[in-house]
Amino acid sequence: MERFIVVDYNAGNLTSVLNAFERIGANVKASRDPSEIAEAERLVFPGVGAARSAMETLEKTGIGKAIVEVVRKKRPVLGICIGCQIILHSSEENGGVDTLGLIDGKAVRFQDEAGIKIPHMGWNQVELLKEHPLFEGVPNSSDFYFVHSFHPAEIAVENALSKTTYGSQTFTSAVCKENLVATQFHLEKSGDVGLRVLKNFSTWSGK
Amino acid sequence: MLTKRLIICLDVRNRKVTKGVKFKGNIDVGDPVELGAKYSADGVDELVFYDITASAENRPCDLEMVRDIAKHVFIPFAVGGGIRSLDDMHQVLLAGAEKVSVNSLAVLHPEIIEQGAKAFGNQCVVLGMDAKRVGVSEKFPSGYEIYIKGGRAATGLDAVEWAKKAESLGAGEICLNAMDTDGVRDGYELEITDKVAKAVGIPVIASGGAGKPSHIADLFAKTSADAALVASMVHFGDYTVAQIKEEMSKANIPVRKIV
Repeated sequence: MERFIVVDYNAGNLTSVLNAFERIGANVKASRDPSEIAEAERLVFPGVGAARSAMETLEKTGIGKAIVEVVRKKRPVLGICIGCQIILHSSEENGGVDTLGLIDGKAVRFQDEAGIKIPHMGWNQVELLKEHPLFEGVPNSSDFYFVHSFHPAEIAVENALSKTTYGSQTFTSAVCKENLVATQFHLEKSGDVGLRVLKNFSTWSGK
Repeated sequence: MLTKRLIICLDVRNRKVTKGVKFKGNIDVGDPVELGAKYSADGVDELVFYDITASAENRPCDLEMVRDIAKHVFIPFAVGGGIRSLDDMHQVLLAGAEKVSVNSLAVLHPEIIEQGAKAFGNQCVVLGMDAKRVGVSEKFPSGYEIYIKGGRAATGLDAVEWAKKAESLGAGEICLNAMDTDGVRDGYELEITDKVAKAVGIPVIASGGAGKPSHIADLFAKTSADAALVASMVHFGDYTVAQIKEEMSKANIPVRKIV
């Protein structure tokens, strides 16, 4: 059986992610053991909360290095929410923190703006910028569920997978690079369209 | 564009969804897990489950039920009722809920908001508040007083002042239930909803009074509310999620499309 691992590093949404994979019939295992994670043939790392504390946990436990290793082995890897910020080079959160650096870019906070509330919380449209196997069968501009104050920025065109607009600010809401994909929105809480992306990921070759 | 959320509230008593009028005369309407999954499939944007007898029976929230819901519902949901401590909040989140709603506990021990926000993030902490019309006075500048213990005990707190204080403590969202219109199905209490929504920088969910789709369209047209909570009008089969969303769309309110 394929070693399909969901990283368990005390992220708040672990239960929801595991439930979602169970629903679509994917056999996943939650793990916090870096050596087991490094051997994953398919990997998901979820996340809610702050980039700095998530990064501290990843460094302290060795899980960060294990994730980088799986990405380097060209195996399919999916990051969700904080997972989408951690793969960039840095985050501006709490005065700045260096992150895994797997895709060029950084996480920045939404600009304050009249009429919008931060965090950006609720359902918003995801405009796909290119075709990708993970979004097969998902209508363009589908609504996905977001909860975040920071978002990916300075993403190269070839790595920007989707965009979303909040108030007057349009940001990159999903990124991709070869075998790595990450979404700022919560696939595990986005109803049928979210489950469809997870299902697509569960069989994706990583190419 | 961020859509306005439609939220269905499920009050649960002895593992049955129940609905009363002005907090009384409850009628059972179905199984919480089945109803939650049905509404989710219908295209509602979020769910709230209240274990309405947990506090009175002095027991924790029904975690078994929360776990069961999380296995069948793949949209965000909040849980309230029977939250007595930070650990209770943690257990509810671990069971699979996105958010925890605190009401009486937050009035009696406001520090729980701050502790919850620090430990789990502001977005996890929903302040539920039951507001009753008392008339504008020096003590109640908004004209509404906060009640706790399922509407049985007055607190002396002004609704807008309490909302602002909860925000400063770290609440991520406010669910404002107007007691005078709860279950009456004659429309939301627009005045207090707009006052609270304009006084805070966090999302406000309007609750109490929705009886037909035009009430929801009206709420978003006339107030700054971010979300509308409904119960009776869908539980008793009078309207569907699709009908409500269609009415919202017709009124040019941004709404999540039902796939």
